[in-house]
Amino acid sequence: MTESVATPAPDAPAYPGDRTCPYQLPESYERLRRTGDALRRITLYDGRRAWVATNHETARRLLADPRLSSDRTRDDFPLTSARAKGITKKRPGFISLDPPEHGHRRRMTISAFTVRRIKAMRPEIERIVHGFLDEMIAAGPPADLVSRFSLPVPSLVICRLLGVPYDDHEFFQEASGRLLRSTTGAEAQAARDDLETYLDGLVRELEREPRPGLLGTMVTEQLAKGTIDREDLVSTAMLMLVAGHETTASMASLGVITLLDHPDQLAALRSDPSLVPGAVEELLRYLAIADVAGARVATADIEVDGQTVRAGEGVFITGSIANRDGAAFEHPDAFDVRRDARHHLSFGYGVHQCLGQNLARLELEIMFTALFDRLPTLRLAVPVDQLTLRPGTTIQGVDELPVTW
Amino acid sequence: MRVTVNQDVCVGAGMCALTAPRVFDQDEAGVVTLLVAEPGDEEARATAREAATLCPSGAVRIIE
Repeated sequence: MTESVATPAPDAPAYPGDRTCPYQLPESYERLRRTGDALRRITLYDGRRAWVATNHETARRLLADPRLSSDRTRDDFPLTSARAKGITKKRPGFISLDPPEHGHRRRMTISAFTVRRIKAMRPEIERIVHGFLDEMIAAGPPADLVSRFSLPVPSLVICRLLGVPYDDHEFFQEASGRLLRSTTGAEAQAARDDLETYLDGLVRELEREPRPGLLGTMVTEQLAKGTIDREDLVSTAMLMLVAGHETTASMASLGVITLLDHPDQLAALRSDPSLVPGAVEELLRYLAIADVAGARVATADIEVDGQTVRAGEGVFITGSIANRDGAAFEHPDAFDVRRDARHHLSFGYGVHQCLGQNLARLELEIMFTALFDRLPTLRLAVPVDQLTLRPGTTIQGVDELPVTW
Repeated sequence: MRVTVNQDVCVGAGMCALTAPRVFDQDEAGVVTLLVAEPGDEEARATAREAATLCPSGAVRIIE
């Protein structure tokens, strides 16, 4: 843990927990999910108590419940770390808005993420993936897969989609990393300020000289017409930029670890590429890297199967727990690329469900296919148990992944 | 079986167009559109049902 937890009671374990294996639940979640109650009490870093949904059906129902708010600026919003507290008070991205404001803001972006628009990006994403693989292979083994492949691919893809100059990638990759991984509120706030200053400058440039990409379109179609102000456009841009590369990067790295640790499953993929989209879905289910994204606060008393969430209490919908519910997924702890896993909650559910999910699916499909096709002898250069895993308070992943071939 | 869509509540997640592309589409603005209200074959009906289950906003409904 990066922060000490204030005396969790035996019936309210510390939350979130840290993983000890990149693709398995924290031990404390095993105790949370094997229970008859739909909700269990947990203790947060600041000593506050909150609830965790223990099964898939409850998790889905709560994520669609309009009485649960996503407003991180509320004083009673449940936070998992000092880092999270440091970045809650500024003007939030739409991930933190409730209906109807949430819908107005999200609608300004969805045209760029339709299934058709994402499909049309396939040739470009393939070029990007093979370009970074060419460089990694030319530099020769060993290599750090995170900095050579997992992070730069989605970073360049989201830059192209948004119209952010990739030449600035060192800055915003580093600042996004600080935003998601710093251990103090002040550091996280500084990272947020840095990104805000950068994106504000970019938006002002786009106002002077429109360029292709979603941000340019939003400047022309929204900002110029007064349907969004600059500060809200900047917060929307920050949300998409940060969410667009750290999440997919984590899925790529942990996905490679998981596939290498399940050679029978990897062999099945290699012999039948039509299994890859289903394998991506199963990896999304199995890895649930964005557990901490499912935080909400109740705005009214909510009855849940005989238990009551009181107004003002926090609720966590934890993908890794919901995705391992045997009532929703047969043999839930087995990694099986042939299963139908699409009803996993790794992208959330309800009005906040991941905007970029179909982009992520396509990127991951292309990344895994190309990586294992071009490097059939790919393997980890260190044992899995020597990898440094990120703490439970942020997007699950690894900062480095030494591989060889 | 009859399929309905509510464009007012759609959040553009695209689960419908991904799961049942013969039944659902998205317009230029990214909002759900219905290609066929009464799917004729079993495959289309099955995928439409799955899309209704997966739709995160309740925009897709099935009346059996």
